[in-house]
Parts: sequence; structure tokens; C-alpha cells
Amino acid sequence: MVASIAFYVLAAATLLSGLAVVMSRNPVHSVLFLIAAFFSAAGLFVLLSAEFLAMLLVVVYVGAVAVLFLFVVMMLDVDFAQLREGFAKYLPLGGVIAGLLAIEMIVVSAAVVTRGAASGVRDVPAPAADATNAEVIGRVLYTDFAFLFQAAGMVLLVSMIGAIVLTLRHRPGVRRQNVHDQVNRTRAQGVSVIGAPTGVGIPDDLPQAARTPAE
Amino acid sequence: MNAFLLEYLPIVIFSGIAIVLGAAFLLAPMVLAPSNPDPEKTSAYECGFNPFEDARLKFDVRFYLVSILFIIFDLEVAFLFPWAVSLMDLPEAAQRFAFWSMMVFLGVLTVGFIYEWKKGALEWE
Repeated sequence: MVASIAFYVLAAATLLSGLAVVMSRNPVHSVLFLIAAFFSAAGLFVLLSAEFLAMLLVVVYVGAVAVLFLFVVMMLDVDFAQLREGFAKYLPLGGVIAGLLAIEMIVVSAAVVTRGAASGVRDVPAPAADATNAEVIGRVLYTDFAFLFQAAGMVLLVSMIGAIVLTLRHRPGVRRQNVHDQVNRTRAQGVSVIGAPTGVGIPDDLPQAARTPAE
Repeated sequence: MNAFLLEYLPIVIFSGIAIVLGAAFLLAPMVLAPSNPDPEKTSAYECGFNPFEDARLKFDVRFYLVSILFIIFDLEVAFLFPWAVSLMDLPEAAQRFAFWSMMVFLGVLTVGFIYEWKKGALEWE
């Protein structure tokens, strides 16, 4: 009873915030509604007893992906009113794509319900009643599904390298602090004692390195 | 209502209090505070003169880089949790396999970590 009330509240919250993501005028508000949608989806996972996934959704999506989206939205510097101008023009094409996606989702859901889509899936042995989510996942993820697990590692590696290659630009002429050099600097490199004869001063032909201590 | 969901009751209570408080602080000024707007009060204001440009500024792309690197290591840690919890429950052979499976995973990501360290992606000019 309470669980079904919670389900309807959370499902309604998910749907409404999803709608608000698309409808709100300010893109930053969209991202904030997206966070609300993530939270209520995490609540739905909890109702399905998928605790670990729910916590992961909060940690990864709310904690990291939403921040990334906020950065992207702020970085874009796009006039969003201008973006909306072509709304009527792109409506037919967008409608067709949305319709295709809806049909796809219905077909997949129907296949899952009749277990048509899951026929080839290996059944994971039912966990003991007292085992937590994380334990059950951990028992199969690193052994039975080791290849998928390694593939996930590869995907993460590729995304790491891709992000660096695409966005890292070193500005020329920026002097970085090099702690290693600073720590390794000896007295001989930093200090030079120059005998200056009285009334003559430092000779003019002193090498430049001795005149300005090495940095 | 089962015992599992009962464990989440404190979270529900906390979020209920948060929602009620937030709504109260939003609604109270609407009811209580005097509101007497005129165009000069509500217009954008920048130290006495009209704003020159849009308040929206371009972020440096490096914020994005730091954020995406954070997500990647966040996911790496997320994979560590079930491993840490269940490694000791596995039978001997599977345990050894699962251990090295995770070591290979961490090794692959360490390659990426060394790459970004050497590239200077973690430095801020």
C-alpha cells in the first residue's frame, strides 16, 4: 500500500520533472529539473529493491553528470531564444523521430514482458535472502561478466583520452610552477658570490647567468 | 510494507522536512513581505548604469575537462564497491580470478591516468 503510493508519487515526480526539463525556458532550470528526475528515478530503483543502482544513480548522475551538464550549458554561450526559432520548421522531422522512438520503446517493453527479449540471457542464480545488492552484483560481475567489465574499463579509458585530446589546449607562454625543479634547486644554482673591487664595481663582462640568478 | 523499505523511512522524513521548509521559505515572503514593484525597481541594475552585455559568460573548457575526468574516476570507484564487498565470499579460484580481473581494470585506467598526468591535464596553468 505505502509502496504503491510511493511508486505513484515518484513516478509522477519523474515524469513531471522530465517534462519540465524539456519545457523550461532557462536551460539551467532544465538541468536542475534533470537532477530532480534523477533523484526520483533513484527512488524508483529503491522501490524495486535495487539499492546499489539507486545509490549509483545519485552518486554518478546527480553528483557528476548533472554538474557536467551545468558546465556545458554555461559554456555554450548560445542565445537559447534564437535556438527556438526553428521550432515549427523542424517539428515534422522531430515528430517522426519521436514517433519511431516511442514505437521502439513499446516493442522492446512488450518483448521484455513476454520474455521474448530475455530468452538468450543467462540466468543469474538467485541470491540468498540476506545478501545485499552490491554483494550479488559483485559475485558475478568480476567473474562471469569479466569481459564486459574489462570492456567498461576500456570505454572509460577511451573517454578519458578522448576528453583530453579534444579539450586540452596548452596556452603558449604560460609559466607553470615546476615543484620538482624548485625543490631540486641547489645553493650553487641560486646564489653566486662575485667579488667586486672597491671603486670599480662589478665587471661589465660578467656572464648573464651570473648576473641574474637562475630561476 | 516490508522491512527493506522501512529502512528508507528516515530519508523520506528528511526529504519531507526539506520540501516543507523550502516551500515555506518560498511562500512566506509572498504572503508576508510588502511587494510594491515599479519598472525602475525591477529592471536589471549594474552599479547605476544599464548593463552592457548579457550576463552569460563563456566558461573555460578546462572546467569541462576536470568534470569529465572526475566522472571517469567516480565510475572507477563505483566498480570497486561490489568488488570490495563480495570478493571474500567467492570460492577460491573465482576469488583469484576476480582479484586479477579488477587489477587489470585498474591497470587500464592507470594507463589513462598516467597519460593525463603526463599531458598536464590536471594542472591549472
